[in-house]
Amino acid sequence: MTFRNFKWRNLYLWLVFIVLFPPIFFLVVYLFSQGTIMNNFHGFTWQHYQDLFADSRLIAIFLDTILIALLSSILATVIGTLGALGINSTTKPITRSTLLSLNNILMVSPDVIIGASFLIFFTALKIPLGFGSVLLSHIAFSIPIVVLMVLPKIQEMSSSLLDAAADLGANNWQLLSQIIVPYIMPGIFSGFFMALTYSLDDFAVTFFVTGNGFTTLSVEIYSRARQGINLEINALSGLMFLMALVLVIGYYFVNQYSSRHRRPKVRGRRK
Amino acid sequence: MQQKQRLSRSTAYFIPYMLWIVLFVIAPVLLLIYQSFFSINGQFTFANYQTYFSSSTYLMMTLNSVWYAFLITLATLLISYPTAYLLNETKHPQLWLLLIIMPTWINLLLKAYAFIGIFSQAGIANQFLSFIGIGPKQILFTNFSFIFVAAYIQIPFMVLPIYNSISELNTSYVNASRDLGATNWQTFSRVLFPLTLPGVRAGIQAVFIPSLSLFMLTRLIGGNKVITLGTAIEEHFLTTMNWGMGSTIGVVLIIAMVIIMWLTNGGKRRTRRGLK
Repeated sequence: MTFRNFKWRNLYLWLVFIVLFPPIFFLVVYLFSQGTIMNNFHGFTWQHYQDLFADSRLIAIFLDTILIALLSSILATVIGTLGALGINSTTKPITRSTLLSLNNILMVSPDVIIGASFLIFFTALKIPLGFGSVLLSHIAFSIPIVVLMVLPKIQEMSSSLLDAAADLGANNWQLLSQIIVPYIMPGIFSGFFMALTYSLDDFAVTFFVTGNGFTTLSVEIYSRARQGINLEINALSGLMFLMALVLVIGYYFVNQYSSRHRRPKVRGRRK
Repeated sequence: MQQKQRLSRSTAYFIPYMLWIVLFVIAPVLLLIYQSFFSINGQFTFANYQTYFSSSTYLMMTLNSVWYAFLITLATLLISYPTAYLLNETKHPQLWLLLIIMPTWINLLLKAYAFIGIFSQAGIANQFLSFIGIGPKQILFTNFSFIFVAAYIQIPFMVLPIYNSISELNTSYVNASRDLGATNWQTFSRVLFPLTLPGVRAGIQAVFIPSLSLFMLTRLIGGNKVITLGTAIEEHFLTTMNWGMGSTIGVVLIIAMVIIMWLTNGGKRRTRRGLK
């Protein structure tokens, strides 16, 4: 609180970071370690990656995971964006707040509840567990975040812009495709990236609805890790780490892009 | 006129979203509640609730789960509040914040997996303990390791809302309190903490609810010694196939969630998923 104990506070922050980061470095370092257990670094090797790429089952799981992530986030982005447009056009405050609370239910529910209730739901509708059920649940739990990302952008848009377009003779489709969507594109992109991270990150919901035949990377890591350390998992985690990194960088650039386009606003908001 | 035209248009593209709300938000919750009234043989019964509220095993498990979630939340809060405060004082808070958030971009399973390696018999933690002369200890599969890893995973979700409310705080309040002769502790307990309470509440909400249901950690790190509500639900749904009982515990978890939301519903709501 005063400058006297300046060093102590820095020390505390460093301590927090020292605890936060080793597990991540640890994962990265052991990706390339020789030997079969994670106790010492035994020298650099690509061996685990060779094992990994020789394992066609794992490659298939990897591709399935990416396919699910891409499909679910694209569909969730479309439905979520349309939903956000719909929520924005509601006129009664009560309808709006009800819709928003319903939207947030899946955001605050524990994963286990989402997984268990979806499992009952799919069984009740006799939807076979597997690719389809996993895809549907990933779309379902990604929609609310897309709505939350897109809605502020829509609210930012002034209605005079739409009125002007309508006055100049734009029809509904032109309004949507040439005015609204380009304007809210940064929000749509952030929503898409968040949906992608959710899908790649999810374990619990997938674990419930995956059935017997179909697996994603998280579920595979879980079932292998229960049997102890296996360096093929390290290679697998390397791949997931890389995916996360690519996503983060992508998200960062989208944010940069959108903030570059609204710099005056950002500056104005600062004190 | 214009307004009406826009409204009529909205109903058409609103359909998929409404379908989603009905099918994936309302229906599953109702089905979960409905399922909780059925026995393992598919008969309508209140027995699940009777069993739940009369069996000491289930009640102890619930209590235990709440207790561990409380410990995890407390540990997270104690570490995060000073961190958030100090972050706000640094020269580049956004950069530090980014570093705090970074671990959340890595899959939960991977973090748990890394800790299995770190805490194992021959892992780094034990090597360090041997190095400073304590000697190797059993760290993995203890209650300590469970709380440690759970707190580790939750810290970013606590730091972020607290940081937001601290950075929004007008520093002249703190200065005024100092000028009026308050000690550091008084400034903290009478001014700083009450004013940042919304952030703390949001953080508690974001940490406590998931802590009740972390089932993969209890298995991978806790060695099945800690049974949380989440573990019990997973067990009933996927191992013993007693969906009725599993749903009953699910309903209890939903009620616990509603109570926590109600207790902490002071500030702006941000969820753990939304923070990433």
